[in-house]
Amino acid sequence: MTIHRREFLKVAGITAAAGALSGYALRAAAAVSGNVVVVGGGFAGATVAKYLRLWSNGSVNVTLIERNPTFISCPISNLVLSGDRRMEDITISYDGLAKKHGVKLVAGEVSAIDAEKKQVKLASGDSIGYDRLVVAPGVDFMYESIPGLTKELSETKILHAWKAGPQTVAMRKQLEDMKDGGVVAICIPKIPYRCPPGPYERACMVAHYLKNNKPKSKVLILDANEDVVSKKGLFMKVWGDNYKGIVEYRKEQNITGLDAATNTVKFDFGDPVKADVLNVIPPQMAGGIAKAAGLINQNNRWCGVDWLTLESTAAKNVHVIGDATFPAPAMPKSGHMANQQAKVAASAILNLLAGAGVNQEPVVMNTCYSFFDPKNAVHVASVHTYDAKEKTFKTVTGAGGLSAAPTEMEGKFATAWAKNIWADTLA
Amino acid sequence: MVARSLALLVSLAAVSVTAAAADPNLARDLAATCASCHGTNGKSVGGMEPLDGEKKQKIIDKINEYKSGAKPATIMHQIAKGYTDQQIELVADYFSQQK
Repeated sequence: MTIHRREFLKVAGITAAAGALSGYALRAAAAVSGNVVVVGGGFAGATVAKYLRLWSNGSVNVTLIERNPTFISCPISNLVLSGDRRMEDITISYDGLAKKHGVKLVAGEVSAIDAEKKQVKLASGDSIGYDRLVVAPGVDFMYESIPGLTKELSETKILHAWKAGPQTVAMRKQLEDMKDGGVVAICIPKIPYRCPPGPYERACMVAHYLKNNKPKSKVLILDANEDVVSKKGLFMKVWGDNYKGIVEYRKEQNITGLDAATNTVKFDFGDPVKADVLNVIPPQMAGGIAKAAGLINQNNRWCGVDWLTLESTAAKNVHVIGDATFPAPAMPKSGHMANQQAKVAASAILNLLAGAGVNQEPVVMNTCYSFFDPKNAVHVASVHTYDAKEKTFKTVTGAGGLSAAPTEMEGKFATAWAKNIWADTLA
Repeated sequence: MVARSLALLVSLAAVSVTAAAADPNLARDLAATCASCHGTNGKSVGGMEPLDGEKKQKIIDKINEYKSGAKPATIMHQIAKGYTDQQIELVADYFSQQK
């Protein structure tokens, strides 16, 4: 085929309205209008809010409802635990969305969604109407699935620190207060959970801190999975090479009981573990509002979506993006993927509001860096294209992959990745 | 000349099937997959290569060098392989028009 598609489109006059001079920026803008409400301002929600404004040239009204006053990034938060970054480094204002992009910010929590009336109800009692709703609630923890664990315990003593914020600060304090010779136990749930390599990165960063400050201490990784679920070879090597005698990995550790008074966890197989810092990351499901709104229709935990539009398979005009979605094959629950899904959703929503068909060939990709110490990092990457036959995203064979080894150069890229994705999401 | 015009018409007809299915914002949407690392519309905020306003052919050549392995990389050799030549051209064209 010798004729390039764009040239053909120009010949055919399809893009005549936009024309060659005005370029891409104005192409989507023609006569799109409507009101979109976004619930949740994490990587997914903030990105969709920004891109809906950007790609409509401000012609679509976007309201973002978020309960937290600032965005706090889970990526890089393990470096706060190790004392190598501060909370300020991972805390970002929502002002950019409001001031630069004209997103209307509403501080609050959504208590109900009325898909018939196209309205969300806030805990404050207010209602907000929408033409299209985007639900980006992230994950909630299934505390009750671990015998002996409660929400209260998980927020005060047996921390998860799996949502960056006050828990990150609290777990850092637990690590600082721990005696030399203490045991830090990190309990990992079965996949799928938010950020598959995250717990292993945490083990590295905590071990790095202990190695330099409390060298007689240990990090026990108690993994409910059959094996390390991400970057296995790379993590196993660094635990053996750099953290020998500090990090110990145990697989298939299903928690059968937890005694908060003694900081002890019991498993169906293997010895109970008494830890000085007990970090239990509970199993997860789509965030609370997804359940309240009846959007959970996969395994009683996740929200099924049409991958061309990210529209819920349970409710019309309601889109679900980010960690709350029932994942396509080999699609990780990551901030990067949430940011990517948000753009597919933004593109589709603008077309739907304009009464046009949606992009039939969406692409998303994932990049996830993990630090092995404050300087060295590794990555895993994948590219996912839409498979029309199977109506889902599939990874492109031959693309993506892992680092060969941890390097300082990738440590620098990991930091640059964070800065750029924060800006792409919020600035 | 007549034969060439006819050939052009035939190929236009052939391409119109895919063109009709393609979203006019395909290039924009594809470029947005790069933006998570390279910045919104390719405007990097630092530490990653900016792509905005870069010459189209330069972007295409570079990505193809990553793809072939001619240009060493930490990650781009793996990511580049996930995009077809046509997608790379669209992405490069999009970024070349950003200011």
